[in-house]
Amino acid sequence: MSSAQIEIQLIASLVAIACAIPGTFLVLRKMAMISDAISHSILPGIVIGFFITQNLNSPLLILLAAVTGIITVILVEYIQKTGLVKEDTAIGLVFPALFSIGVILIAKNANDVHLDVDAVLLGELAFAPFDRLLLFGTDVGPKSLWIIGVILIITIGLLFAFFKELKVSTFDAGLASALGFSPVIMHYGLMSVASVTTVSAFDAVGAILVVALMIAPAATAYLLTTDLKKMLGYAISFGVFSAISGYWVAHWLDASIAGSITTMLGLLFFLVYLFAPNKGLIAVIYRERRQRIEVSLLTFLLHLGNHQEIEERHVNHLSEHINWHKVRSKTVLDLALKNNMVTIDKNIVSLTEKGKDFTKQAIDYIITNEDSQIEHMKEDFFLFRG
Amino acid sequence: MDLQEYFSLVFTDYTLRTITLGTAILGAVCGMLGSFAVLRKQSLLGDAISHAALPGIAIAFLITGAKDSNVLLLGALVSGLIGTFWIRGIISKTHLKSDTALGLILSVFFGFGMLLLTFIQKQPNANQAGLDKYLFGQAATLVESDVWLMALVTGICLIVLLLFWKEFKILLFDADYTKTLGFNTKFIDILITVFIVLAIVLGLQTVGVVLMSAMLLAPAAAARQWTNSLGVMVFLAALFGAFAGVFGTAVSASQNNLSTGPVIVIVAGIFVLISFIFSPSRGLLFKQIRFIKNRRDLQLHKTLAFMYNIAETHEDISHPHAIKILNNFQGYTRNTLQKLVDKNYVFLQGNTWSLTPEGFKTAANLYNQQSINNE
Repeated sequence: MSSAQIEIQLIASLVAIACAIPGTFLVLRKMAMISDAISHSILPGIVIGFFITQNLNSPLLILLAAVTGIITVILVEYIQKTGLVKEDTAIGLVFPALFSIGVILIAKNANDVHLDVDAVLLGELAFAPFDRLLLFGTDVGPKSLWIIGVILIITIGLLFAFFKELKVSTFDAGLASALGFSPVIMHYGLMSVASVTTVSAFDAVGAILVVALMIAPAATAYLLTTDLKKMLGYAISFGVFSAISGYWVAHWLDASIAGSITTMLGLLFFLVYLFAPNKGLIAVIYRERRQRIEVSLLTFLLHLGNHQEIEERHVNHLSEHINWHKVRSKTVLDLALKNNMVTIDKNIVSLTEKGKDFTKQAIDYIITNEDSQIEHMKEDFFLFRG
Repeated sequence: MDLQEYFSLVFTDYTLRTITLGTAILGAVCGMLGSFAVLRKQSLLGDAISHAALPGIAIAFLITGAKDSNVLLLGALVSGLIGTFWIRGIISKTHLKSDTALGLILSVFFGFGMLLLTFIQKQPNANQAGLDKYLFGQAATLVESDVWLMALVTGICLIVLLLFWKEFKILLFDADYTKTLGFNTKFIDILITVFIVLAIVLGLQTVGVVLMSAMLLAPAAAARQWTNSLGVMVFLAALFGAFAGVFGTAVSASQNNLSTGPVIVIVAGIFVLISFIFSPSRGLLFKQIRFIKNRRDLQLHKTLAFMYNIAETHEDISHPHAIKILNNFQGYTRNTLQKLVDKNYVFLQGNTWSLTPEGFKTAANLYNQQSINNE
């Protein structure tokens, strides 16, 4: 590994961490699309800043772009408050308009300077190590490394300082304002951090990757845990993992680093989406099926409980009577047998004591509809566990 | 070329005619379908789909190796649909919310598309140049066959819209009721979604991935302000979209270095702004005017009621009082007093005022009316 390679991976990892922290809160606050809007609408800010400073790395440019990001948030909220359109429409109207202004500004004025929309949107991480920061004549490393490093330190500092406040205002805005810290300040603080992070990261990794790095790790982590601290930790590690593995995939394919990191994030999410223990697709489908069978079992037992006649309790009759297909009736019957709720005597099904007990409690639960009753039922009757 | 020249050339010049027709048709079909997207609260779906279409374009190119725009659009359509249904899967099967699902699919698909595009660029295939026009769109690359395709899709879309109008409408406003009526809601839902994806994919070549969502939203959001009827809204949105397309093309053709996509979006944005401000029933301007008028009326009534309370204590209702005593009262201004005089409620004489019989009657009924209304 050459030093340039190490530097690229370092920058990518730092960007991933800096994005994952605000991203987690954006996902939890259901404002993920705001980050997409910000990443597009900072374009006019960048262009205007560039015309003033003629330097893509100047702090003024970052400041102006961050201000544009916050203006976007304010505009979206203003339009939403008028009640003329819904929030998502407001977002969808504001950022393309601002982005178009940026594109037109570039087209009209920046023909002779090196600033094109592709670079802003997509970034080029491979060139990041060539732009060195010279301090007193000595080379101290790539500029973007320093910029993102400073932003990251500020973000982490803010996170530790306001963790409690952020947590409360994210999950219970009412409680937060009752406790005396304004959710509005928290909201705009978070938006400012998101804007600044987006801007400082965009020229290294591009606006789209910033969005991916904010949303994807947090969304993946959210499928695995419901603990805020753990979620932050998972999100950061997913981000860093994708950044480094993405770099090597890009190296191998000779393609865009930003695109390949995003693809890794997507793959990671896809795997977790399928296989996450409680909230993954497979787990959810399995649970839904199990619940369906449990309900069927209950219906079956109720039917048995209601009928004393022998012909109503004949095995073959059951599938006709409750209108089930053969396979399903067999599954349910097997389950009931396994749980010792029924006995079969010469193809006549009858309830056992346990089955009667279960049916009675189930009816109680259905009538009162109190969750506390089903809890001890789960313990008393091991449906799938026993 | 200035605007005048553009309009004189638009009917004779082949390129201009094609582009103008193309953007107009595109604007119309986007406006039409966008109305449904906006009303279904899926405004950002357009943004996600247009980004999600990018890998499809790249893969279609990788497989065929040719730059036939129809094949590429087919790829875009497939990948857009995959993106859409994955978003739905995430929302319905996990606890992630719609914004997260949208942002995630959008950025991941787009990133994957970029990976493929940069990968293609490194391939020794001279054909690959110009694939990136799908990023920002280039209306100038429209040819007649593209316009025919757009017209065809718009026609089909119109027919389907008319055929299933009742179903679309009822699904839009009351999905549960639709289900109880026995309609196949899943089918209707998928039908409208497929058409939205189709419209987005059609627009990619012209306005590009990034700005496509505005094309879908802006005409619909503008049309929404002028009417409360779905039919009128769809029609208006199509009209706004078509006009935005034509004006945008005209402006960008009359200036150097202006790509069409962003200009169309800006024009559509101006439509939205005008609608937000000047719409008679919902617009901000008239709302503000109504607000001020109501406040004035209220102040007038307050002053009148105050006067009534004073006049009531005297046997003769038109007993003159000094104007000065009104100064302590908040609602009083010289203007309101003048207005009351104009309405013949109050009679002024030097420094004194007195209620006319008419004014006394109105003031006495002020609160009665309210209490009648309250009952």
